[in-house]
Amino acid sequence: MRPDFLTIEQWVTPHSRILDLGCGDGALLKFLQQKKQVRSLGVEINANNIAACISNGIDVIEQDLDQGLANFADNSFDTVLLTQTLQAVHRPDFVLQEMLRVGKECIITFPNFGHWQARRYLLTRGKMPVSKFMPHEWYNTPNIHFCTVNDFEVLCEQRDISVLHRNFQAANYRDATASGPSVFSPIVDRWPNLFAAQAVYHVTN
Amino acid sequence: MKADTIKNNSEAVAGGQYDAADKNSIGLVETQHFIYDQPFRTSSGRDLPSIELAFETYGTLNSDGRNAVLVCHALSGDHHAAGYHHSDDKKPGWWNHYIGPGKAIDTDLFYVVSVNNLGGCSGSTGPSSINPNTQTPWGPDFPTLRVRDWVASQHLLMGHLGIEQWAAVIGGSLGGMQALRWALEYPALLRHCVVLASAMKLSAQNIGFNNTARTAITNDPDFHDGRYYDHQTRPKNGLAIARMIGHITYLSGDLMGERFGRELRAGSFTQGVESNLEFQVESYLRHQGDKFAASFDANTYLLMLRALDYFDLAREYGDDPVAAFREAQCKFFVASFTSDWRFSPARSREMVDALIAAEKPVSYVEIESSLGHDSFLLPVQRYQTVFSAYMHKMSEECEIKGGELNAS
Repeated sequence: MRPDFLTIEQWVTPHSRILDLGCGDGALLKFLQQKKQVRSLGVEINANNIAACISNGIDVIEQDLDQGLANFADNSFDTVLLTQTLQAVHRPDFVLQEMLRVGKECIITFPNFGHWQARRYLLTRGKMPVSKFMPHEWYNTPNIHFCTVNDFEVLCEQRDISVLHRNFQAANYRDATASGPSVFSPIVDRWPNLFAAQAVYHVTN
Repeated sequence: MKADTIKNNSEAVAGGQYDAADKNSIGLVETQHFIYDQPFRTSSGRDLPSIELAFETYGTLNSDGRNAVLVCHALSGDHHAAGYHHSDDKKPGWWNHYIGPGKAIDTDLFYVVSVNNLGGCSGSTGPSSINPNTQTPWGPDFPTLRVRDWVASQHLLMGHLGIEQWAAVIGGSLGGMQALRWALEYPALLRHCVVLASAMKLSAQNIGFNNTARTAITNDPDFHDGRYYDHQTRPKNGLAIARMIGHITYLSGDLMGERFGRELRAGSFTQGVESNLEFQVESYLRHQGDKFAASFDANTYLLMLRALDYFDLAREYGDDPVAAFREAQCKFFVASFTSDWRFSPARSREMVDALIAAEKPVSYVEIESSLGHDSFLLPVQRYQTVFSAYMHKMSEECEIKGGELNAS
């Protein structure tokens, strides 16, 4: 399980209405249904992911996020989720604005491009970082808008977005259920822009 | 591959000849008849003294009765949705690609009921049936029907079959409208509503096409104001034209271009030679029109076209589809096809948006296909995959809930 799932679970109210943008195979929504009995809807564009959602019993709408969320009414969901998707949309600021319109609260997770390993890669090799977590080459990556924790903080400030909670994680794919908080947690929390591999933000207007 | 799919459209729509060894075919099936021997009040306020419905069933009803699905047919369909009536049948029922063992509507899992709509011409009471009051065919005196009349008559059959709740009501095009009406009229009687290549109401363009088709029929000298039965004739030419108009609009321009292009069937454009030219597409359409006109009743076609035009999901709900869908209690699965310009993806998205606003559970897929409106009948891989996945999940629910019922 992705470590951001547990963080998100803490910030979601039981029985609330949840919209997950770029919901993948529906694993997060299924998890939240089981843990919090939420009423959920996913939005996805990948055909295989949509079929997987349906097999998982997760309601899913085929829709391109870059076209906006005009078909969703203001404040029609309690929480709108955008996990590991912000960096893949054409207009992250537009999608964020739409999320904040449709949801009373939003939770966003994204990989931190300011992570020391990404910096080291660029510094020592002079090439765009490629890793297990970011396996694509610059020319074929779906991740077209990487940002750092600091970048995201600046965007929130510029757009008057209130941050309710922040959570920073040292690793993206550590099995969160297997281990408790990492010994590095205090360091990650102190210097997230350098040490967080993944950031989880809980925001509202 | 696309061209092959439509090479012989009748074959493509249904599938090939009967093959006893085909494990994915339901095989030989029989038509049954349900007679409701009491007056049936139509939505137009008229009474039919009694009605008869031709129907077929495939698969087995579970002991708890939770695996029944109703399949609703479109404009020119009938109750014969899958399998073959005789071992020498050239083609199976109209939705054989999707109904059968191991198919999307898996007859190993579901008990499938398919009805010839009231007003039809394949065994159900319709304009070509005898009016008991006059002992002559109803013809134009047959009551105008609406989608809700079909739903009401299907509800009578449901009772006759001892089914308390449908696992799903499923339909494409006009069939999808019936599924939608079921969800609003009898919300407690279905758990899923599957709406394929359909719409909440027709556009003006659609009504225009339908009216042109109707005019072709009513202007045929053999139509005799709908009393052609009395003249031992049929408005075959008009009906064939009506079908040709429909057929063109159910395909996509790209597909027709790919299949026929400007290929000639007869004659040539050689300079200095006068010859009777015929494009392949002309011959194809004429064949489709003639074949249809030979077997279908013109008054039924008029009735079905009108029902299609009259359908408006939200008419009784202040023209607000969100208010309409608030009545529903089931889950929805909606699919559209990119090249379908009669029932375009935009029409399905409107439906889905209204369902979301009404806070109803809904899944929506927009399938890439060049086969036009007929896509929902034809083998389209992604559609098969996702439709099968939805039905499979549904059948798991049937079992789980059934188990719970047995346990309590």
